Amino acid sequence: MRIPTDIKDGIKWVGAIDWAVRDFHGYSTYKGTTYNSFLALDDKVALFDAVKKPFKMDLLHNIHKVIDPSKIDYLIVNHVEPDHSGSIPELMEVIKPEKVFCSGRGKKALLDHYHREDWPYEVVESGQELKLGKKTVQFLETRMLHWPDSMMSYIKEDALLISSDGFGQHWATSERFNDEVDNAELMAHAAKYYANILLPYSNLVKKLVEDVQKMDLKIDMIAPDHGLIWRKDPLQIVQAYYKWSQQETIDKALIIYDTMWHSTEMMGKAIADGLIEKGVSVKIMDLAAEHRSDIITQMLDSKALVLGSSTLNNGMLPRMADLLCYMKGLKPVNKIGAAFGSYGWSGEAPKLINKSLEEMKFKTFESISCQFAPNHEVLKKCVDLGREIGSAIKQG
Amino acid sequence: MEKYVCQVCGYVYDPAVGDPDNGVAAGTAFADVPADWVCPVCGADKDSFSPE
Repeated sequence: MRIPTDIKDGIKWVGAIDWAVRDFHGYSTYKGTTYNSFLALDDKVALFDAVKKPFKMDLLHNIHKVIDPSKIDYLIVNHVEPDHSGSIPELMEVIKPEKVFCSGRGKKALLDHYHREDWPYEVVESGQELKLGKKTVQFLETRMLHWPDSMMSYIKEDALLISSDGFGQHWATSERFNDEVDNAELMAHAAKYYANILLPYSNLVKKLVEDVQKMDLKIDMIAPDHGLIWRKDPLQIVQAYYKWSQQETIDKALIIYDTMWHSTEMMGKAIADGLIEKGVSVKIMDLAAEHRSDIITQMLDSKALVLGSSTLNNGMLPRMADLLCYMKGLKPVNKIGAAFGSYGWSGEAPKLINKSLEEMKFKTFESISCQFAPNHEVLKKCVDLGREIGSAIKQG
Repeated sequence: MEKYVCQVCGYVYDPAVGDPDNGVAAGTAFADVPADWVCPVCGADKDSFSPE
């Protein structure tokens, strides 16, 4: 779809829709994504963010429908990650902007990516304003949300927050606004984005929301660089971010396992029985079937993670190692964890998993191991572990 | 002298190197870094740092 869309009087969406991307550096994007770009038409014409390199022609096509691209005076780079900046080197040749606005770290990142000392950089700081004519842009630095260079642009007269990656979702749609799509699905995509991208910076998200509340910033619309624009009740996503940033959990546990010959799977299902008996909501996630990024999304509101792996060649199964490596980087807090697994002759996997959970400061339980296939006694131990974890969840 | 790690972005403050771009000379122990110094990578406050 290459149709510029009015989002506010004199401000148009001119971005690109990527219907086909399924893997975003290890994050599964089953429904594609969008690279949003916004064009403000005033005495000065400003383009906010660009698109991923292969979508350069979509962006230029959309701009052309509105204005001759060479009429763009200012390019504002809120975030340098290549899904938003990859097309900039070629775009610069066409639009030849008078200035490129970015944060201090943004300038460094642009130089480190594209090595162009000759671009007309203008470094801006939080609170600094840029007059376009009737419209005023106020910059808001949001370091480490989610890169050091990240910033947002607030258009005062329209109470529009162009929020870069913050409040985004990976979801390709022909609709541009949140009130045109199913809200539950939208929030699920937003939660997945938060869990997989912003979770490690939860303290900064919390502080940002509190700071913005103190500033009493009027927000009529939030336009992220991915997915739908929050037009109806835009504060719902700010409130959701505040809740997610505190990593609040519900009485929910995940049983996550990888299994060779179903023994570890049987153990996991027995642990689930004990948890369900205690009134805990359980999701069983087989690593052969579930993508790591979907597991992380489910982790967001789960109190307990019970991880199982068979022992293979004196270690855990590689899919479990992959998950633990990914999870560690996302820095989950306030979780309960336990490990289990079947083995043939050595049985290292549960101990290794527990060690990893302890490094992540999970409250852990004694792990359960079983040589080859579980008998009734082992399965009873598993049910008991489920009950024990269930009670701990219920006690908060 | 002990190195300190930024808990936000992972930057390591090495006293042997300091942060000369931001006015902290090489050889400055972390304790002697000014209180208003921030992480040169991500801008986190000094108290966001922990010993390595």
